Amino acid sequence: MGWRVVVDRDLCQGHGVCESEAPEVFEVPKREVVVLAERPGDDQRAAVEAAVKFCPTHALSIVED
Amino acid sequence: MTDTLTGPPMVSGDDGDTGHLEELRRDPIGLMARVRAECGDAGRFRLAHQEVVLLTGAEANEAFFRAPDEDLDQAAAYPFMTPIFGEGVVFDAPPERRREMLHNQALRDKYMRGHAQTIQREVERMITGWDDEGEIDLLDFFAELTIYTSSACLIGARFREQLDGRFAALYHDLEQGTDAIAYVDPYADIESFRRRDEARVGLVALVQGIMDERVAEGPPPDDERDLLDVLMSIRDPDGTLRFSADEVTGMFISMMFAGHHTTSGTAAWTLIELLRHPAEMAKVTAELDDLFADGSDVSYQALREIPHLEAAIKEALRLHPPLILVLRKATRDLDLAGHRIAEGTLVGASLSVSNRLPECFDEPDSFVPDRYIAPREDDLANPWTWIPFGAGRHRCVGAAFALMQLKAIFCVLLQDWELEAAQPPETYRNDHSKMVVQLAQPCVARYRRRRRDA
Repeated sequence: MGWRVVVDRDLCQGHGVCESEAPEVFEVPKREVVVLAERPGDDQRAAVEAAVKFCPTHALSIVED
Repeated sequence: MTDTLTGPPMVSGDDGDTGHLEELRRDPIGLMARVRAECGDAGRFRLAHQEVVLLTGAEANEAFFRAPDEDLDQAAAYPFMTPIFGEGVVFDAPPERRREMLHNQALRDKYMRGHAQTIQREVERMITGWDDEGEIDLLDFFAELTIYTSSACLIGARFREQLDGRFAALYHDLEQGTDAIAYVDPYADIESFRRRDEARVGLVALVQGIMDERVAEGPPPDDERDLLDVLMSIRDPDGTLRFSADEVTGMFISMMFAGHHTTSGTAAWTLIELLRHPAEMAKVTAELDDLFADGSDVSYQALREIPHLEAAIKEALRLHPPLILVLRKATRDLDLAGHRIAEGTLVGASLSVSNRLPECFDEPDSFVPDRYIAPREDDLANPWTWIPFGAGRHRCVGAAFALMQLKAIFCVLLQDWELEAAQPPETYRNDHSKMVVQLAQPCVARYRRRRRDA
């Protein structure tokens, strides 16, 4: 049981909102997002949820597995 | 209905001459709605020699919006833009290049706070000359405002200070020069194209005047430099400016184009729908009064959630998307969600039809902002049919900026002013005779300074 971050590469445009919301999990250098931690700790959950919610292209999701 | 060897079925109404071109110029939404009614998710119509396959519905839309540029080319689909931007100015870049451009430019998240302050200032300047009550033309007002906001945010404060109403008026003539006749001949001898070409010459003259002034003054302090100063600092080996006024104007027109008539029209329609629905207006006004009761800053709030205002904006966008049809050209024979598309065909997705599909949206033709309030969130539930900003790879890169801008505009406007319709509310309508949709005049509203109990 855990959760991970999934990026839809067709949708990401590199706005960098996720980096603002969860800088320990996302980085947006040139081009598109880099996920620094695919399985972040639960202390990052709220920040990642904010990144998912505010991503301007809805390219992010959380998968529970 | 299933596709035959010739591809999706042809919609009725071909006039035997230029096909459906005249109907597209007269009633594009009616034409597109009939394509869906008669043909389903994929149907064909004809613009003279150019066949168009129109896709609607979640599955076909997803295939359309996910298709790579190598299959569906965007630049080739908009012949009416070339005379506006000028030869050699790109309509759009491939997604990879767009990401790089976004990285270094004004639309990135970290610049939004500064833009929100700029927009707040520009709205305040527009209304500073208002009496305690009066009337505004919604098209003129928002079109001029958004010329100032987009030039200030995208090009820079210095350039914006050198603009006045003349720039907005010429820009409007450019936008009006988007008759679908361009699919037959972008340089046809018609009134709107003549005015378009005169307007472009006029804009180049304004920019030339600004450039001449700057050359005479010499460069400004580094912290005041704007994009025009940067472009003017690039010189050929013989010392002449690398970019002419004509080229600079083309770049600026293209930078401002996507964010101008779209934001202007959405501001107007958000206001019109709120005027038509006083209970919704009351919700939004109460929400804003509450937010700003502690004297907090518009530029701060505009970047945060303002649920009822945002819902009203989204619903105005769903019902009145500023772009009603987005197009691509098939670069080879394709299969899109089971629909056969022949090379050279234009392929379109209809934002206005998809946004109102009854299978996706309850009361599809009604203004119901509550549909966006959690947990319902109709926009998130329908990522491929709630598409005022398009979707997928080419989704509007300015969407976040646009929403912030619209929120900032109404935060300023509704705090101090009461607005009401100055004509029967049902008479506000769009002019669909051009590919760039604009509010039809008359579109007048009355304003009155709010009286508040202390």
